[in-house]
This record gives sequence, structure tokens and C-alpha cells, in this order.
Amino acid sequence: MHELAVTEEILNLVVSEAEKSNATKVKHVKLVIGEMTGIVNESVSFYFNEISKSTIAEGAVLSFRRIPAAGRCRDCGHEFEVKDFVWACPQCGSLNIDIKAGKELYLESIEVI
Amino acid sequence: MEIKVLKPILGANDQRAEENRGLLEKNKIVAINFTASPGAGKTSLLMATIKALREEFRIGVVEGDVSSAIDAETVSKEGIPVVQINTGGACHLDATMLSNALANLPVDDLDVLLIENVGNLICPASFALGEHRKVLVASVPEGHDKPHKYPVMFSESDAVVLNKIDLQPYVDFDRDKFYSAVNGLREGAIIFPVSCKTGEGIDRWVSWLSEQIRSEQRA
Ligand SMILES: Nc1nc2c(ncn2[C@@H]2O[C@H](COP(=O)(O)OP(=O)(O)OP(=O)(O)O)[C@@H](O)[C@H]2O)c(=O)[nH]1
Ligand SMILES: [Mg+2]
Ligand SMILES: [Zn+2]
Repeated sequence: MHELAVTEEILNLVVSEAEKSNATKVKHVKLVIGEMTGIVNESVSFYFNEISKSTIAEGAVLSFRRIPAAGRCRDCGHEFEVKDFVWACPQCGSLNIDIKAGKELYLESIEVI
Repeated sequence: MEIKVLKPILGANDQRAEENRGLLEKNKIVAINFTASPGAGKTSLLMATIKALREEFRIGVVEGDVSSAIDAETVSKEGIPVVQINTGGACHLDATMLSNALANLPVDDLDVLLIENVGNLICPASFALGEHRKVLVASVPEGHDKPHKYPVMFSESDAVVLNKIDLQPYVDFDRDKFYSAVNGLREGAIIFPVSCKTGEGIDRWVSWLSEQIRSEQRA
């Protein structure tokens, strides 16, 4: 996967947001990641530790809120979590499903001093 | 102190993708992003498409590949301007890579840009390039369950080309299941069953694509 590329973007965003508020250090970084992005938490943390060295985000702790894949049935309106790639409505069996969640990739908040 | 940010991590890429889109439009180029699993037939489809459309449009190609230049050489032999992007192991093209490629193409002399993304059905879904249409190339030997395994890519593609239909007699591929899965994930999906080997179905695909190009040119 592309965790290094994604982590570089995370670091850029974290540093620019921290600088905007005149912070001297970033303590904590909260990320929201959908299951369908294929992003692995551990690799992001690993790369972040490496590339944040000698930035104000060095040593920051990353935490991840993972969002499961979810769908909404276009036939009966039922919303449900999708497990094991079964994109079928558990209520009426329809395959006509809109993706409702699981693509998220955003920075929720940072804690700074 | 906690600061709420709530910003997309790939926002900078989205921004660059918009810049690409602006550059494309300034030069009246319609860009099509082809995604697929490795070996589904992206290059074969590009070649068939070039052959069919080169009289009508001036075509350029961007080849994304993890390391080799084989696909770019194939295209280049046709006398088509092509830029090879070696992603250096990356599993997707991003907007910066496309921007660099555009700088190396004769943008004044192109109507259409065909972009072969890296063979991967997960990562390219997160990286906008600035393209006008997304086309997903699937193939019969990969099996009919692919849409449900890669739902994001299927749901976001404007058309799905189902390649290698000449292999249908040899594999257990249930075309009805494939169609209902694709239609389920994208209402009104457009699917083109083709064989780049025999040429079957290429006409219908190419006439759809040229109509898309013309409608973007009018816009
Ligand atoms: N039988 C059959 N083989 C095909 C067809 N289309 C492509 N192939 C073969 O499938 C293989 C892969 O085709 P490519 O066009 O290189 O596929 P690709 O998606 O560009 O592959 P990568 O760029 O390596 O990911 C080649 O050996 C092609 O000759 C088809 O319609 N039928
Ligand atoms: Mg290829
Ligand atoms: Zn339902």
C-alpha cells in the first residue's frame, strides 16, 4: 500500500495546522481511516516516527479511529455494516447498495502545547 | 490544547488534481484514467482504442508502471506521444505525477489523454488525478466476484470494460452475477464486454468513448 505517501501528507497537514496556532510541540494526532482505504495503522505509525524527526511533531502519539465499510440499500433503505465483502442487503437481499462509509481518510484533531 | 482539524489527508492531492484539470481544460484535452488489476488488459485496450480513434483525435498516453517501460515502448512504437511514469514502487498515480507528465507532453497538440494507472484496484481510488472519466478494466479470468472485493473503484468508475470474453468457455465466470454486482454498486453502470484479442465488442466501447470525448469538448 501507499502508507509512506499518506504519512507524508499527514505530517505536512499536522505541522501546518500546529504552526497556524503557534504551537511548540504536537503531542497527539487523531486520524480517521475507513476500512476500504487499505491503510494499515502500524505502517502509518512506523513511518510517522521516522519522518517526523526534528519537526515539531516528533514523538507525537498517533491514534486511529477505524470506520467499517457500510452500505445503504437502494430498494428498502436499510443501512448496515458490510462484513467479508458481502455487498447485499441483509434485510431484503438486494445488491443495489450505495457505499455509505469506509472511504474516510482525514485528520480529526491534534493536541498541541 | 486540542485543535479540531477535520481536513482530508489527501487534500493537497485533490488540490493538485484540480490544477491538472484546469490545465487540461485550457488545452482542450479530455483525460481518461484507466484502472485495473495487473494484467487485466489496460495496455491492450489502450492499443485497440488508439487504433480506432487516432484518425479522429490526437491522442497522448501516460503510462504508470511500478518499474518497467515495457508498456510505454508498446505505445511509442505506434508513433503516439507517451510519457512513462515510474512510480518507484508506489501502487498508484497521484496528481503530482500527472502534472509532471503533462509538462513533458505536447499539450498544444493533443485532444485526448489516455492514462494507464498502476495495476491495482484499491489505492488509485484515493488519488484524484484531474481526469474527466474513470474507466475500470476487469477481465473474465479474474472472476465475477471482483466488484464486491473492490467496491469503491467499481462504484466510482464511469464505465467498466469487461475484457477477455474470448476466455469465457475456459473459466467459471458468471456474467449475470458480474453485471448485477456492478449495477448494484453503481446505479446505471455502463459495461462493455470486449475481447482485445478478437476485437469483439471494441466498436461499441470506442463509440461510447468518442461520444464522451465529444461531449466534454462541447462543454
Ligand atoms: N485471451 C486474451 N488475452 C488478452 C486479452 N487482452 C489482453 N490479453 C493478454 O493479457 C495479458 C496482459 O495484457 P496487458 O494489456 O498487458 O494488461 P495490463 O493490464 O496492461 O497489464 P499491466 O500493465 O502489466 O498491469 C497479455 O498477455 C495480453 O496479450 C483478451 O481480450 N483475450
Ligand atoms: Mg499495461
Ligand atoms: Zn434492502
